[in-house]
Amino acid sequence: MTPLVVIEGLSKYYLRGDQVIPVLVDLSLEVAEGEYVALMGPSGSGKSTLLNLIAGIDKPSSGTIRIGGIDIAALSDAELALWRSINVGFVFQFYNLMPVLTAFGNVELPLQLTTLSRPERRERVEAALALVGLTDRAMHLPNELSGGQQQRVAIARALITDPTLIVADEPTGDLDRATAQEILGLLGRLNDELGKTIIMVTHDPKAAETAHRLVHLEKGELVA
Amino acid sequence: MAVPIGYIARNLVARRLTTALTAGGMALVVYVFATVLMLAAGLRATLVSTGQPDNVVVIRRGSVTEVQSGISRDQASVVESLPDIAVAGDGMRLISKESVVLISLPKRSTGKPGNVTVRGVTAAGLELRPQVKLVAGRMFHPGTSEIVVGRAIATGFRGAQLDDTLRFGSREWTVVGEFDAGRTGFDSEIWGDATQMLQAFRRNGYSSIVFKLADPDRFDAVKTELESDPRLTIEAKRERQFYADQSQALASFIRVLGTGISIIFSIGAVIGAAITMYASVASRTAEIGTLRALGFRRSAVLIAFLTEALLLGLVGGIAGLVAASFMQAVTISTTNFQTFAEIAFSFALTPAIVAASLAFALGMGLVGGFLPAARAARMKIVDALRAA
Repeated sequence: MTPLVVIEGLSKYYLRGDQVIPVLVDLSLEVAEGEYVALMGPSGSGKSTLLNLIAGIDKPSSGTIRIGGIDIAALSDAELALWRSINVGFVFQFYNLMPVLTAFGNVELPLQLTTLSRPERRERVEAALALVGLTDRAMHLPNELSGGQQQRVAIARALITDPTLIVADEPTGDLDRATAQEILGLLGRLNDELGKTIIMVTHDPKAAETAHRLVHLEKGELVA
Repeated sequence: MAVPIGYIARNLVARRLTTALTAGGMALVVYVFATVLMLAAGLRATLVSTGQPDNVVVIRRGSVTEVQSGISRDQASVVESLPDIAVAGDGMRLISKESVVLISLPKRSTGKPGNVTVRGVTAAGLELRPQVKLVAGRMFHPGTSEIVVGRAIATGFRGAQLDDTLRFGSREWTVVGEFDAGRTGFDSEIWGDATQMLQAFRRNGYSSIVFKLADPDRFDAVKTELESDPRLTIEAKRERQFYADQSQALASFIRVLGTGISIIFSIGAVIGAAITMYASVASRTAEIGTLRALGFRRSAVLIAFLTEALLLGLVGGIAGLVAASFMQAVTISTTNFQTFAEIAFSFALTPAIVAASLAFALGMGLVGGFLPAARAARMKIVDALRAA
């Protein structure tokens, strides 16, 4: 399979005063198109930083990140924003839904960045909500939904622009075991049936088992 | 691409108490701002509508008001001989040589004295002011010590009601009628026979001469003719302009003082708006991070928070204007310090005041919202998301 994500010599440092704190050190990684990868490692190992860099919401200190052939580290802020809106779907640990918008409004939000007409947006949102099994909850606000339902809304939002890559940061971290299984099943379907490439950060070995490949990080470096 | 307006507006509704308090603060400032402008506009509207478009007022050169002016009988005769004066249906020439004096009467509300304009008019003088309508009693008879009073005098001063007797100019004057001058400056005047007034106040000359032009377009020619006549030391103004000039100083004073006070108040409201918007940004840091992650640009976030602040200002502006609009029902009386006479007028809400007040409210929102919005736009996505 052709690689979708190609990372070479990637480093990320933070400065605390005049102290340099390495988070990722000379890291190289490839993720094939349609692959489902779980990033694991102890707290502070740099897995969330790596995910943020791949998702284009943080910039590396050095190295390249090519996604679908584009070196996203070289893009400007505005170019990167446009790139994310087309290519990346986000699933967060705490769902990150807009509390004042209904499930429908939250799923529709990324489509506000497109030129789609209102009926076209409606059609897509309804399809995405049907896919995650929340058609009857479309007009509910996030605080009227359970944690699992909120995460399903977030997954529908991640899917809505039909991105090639879905990044998930501890998507089951705030859920009970049964609900977590449900969400993992849904992510698995996105990968199997829709061919989405998924990169998931998780602490949960059971969650990691659902992925095709496990990538371990320790102190900013990959371990076999 | 912009953050949807529905999201922005709903955030204001979601924090309705904070929104209401902040908008309420702005509304108070807009209320003060609008009422002051309404006061100035009301004064101006009252005085401007006092004048008729075709009427010309002649006063002594250099004087602004009729009280300051004096025109000798000789000069009055020269003016009277003008061929441009209109003639009424019954053959009466529409020119009125008038005397204007100030007397002091106790105000009904406080008992304190206020200056009241007493005008001696002729039969033609009444014809020249068609807006003046008798609402009670009858018109004074020429050659008698009878007077009629304007509506604002009858309601605002003691002893000036129908059948009362007033003492001024060494005489007793009986109030035989009350007139309504259609909310013009004449409502704040007492009228009597011009000849009787001259005798009572021992005047040899008139204060002003008012006449109607047969051809209104001839004003400039008539003005030049009168002002260049070597026998005359007078100036001629259109009656509208004459009264508009009299409102200038007081209206400007009210406007400048009121705008100054509003601007000082607005600093408080702007700080209130800024605190509200900072709180809004702080409580929605994770949302800002999410919006940016989804692909909304920094500029979209900036515009979203600025729009929120503008909406806050708009709500405050509309609330302030609605409150101010009730002031239109209020009539107040004060001394016009150009004429030294009491003038009664109402607050007038004009489209220009509505526009200025809304612009002022939006300005407050914009200034108060700018720094918080800029802060929201500057946030790094990963830092903002960490606030979840």
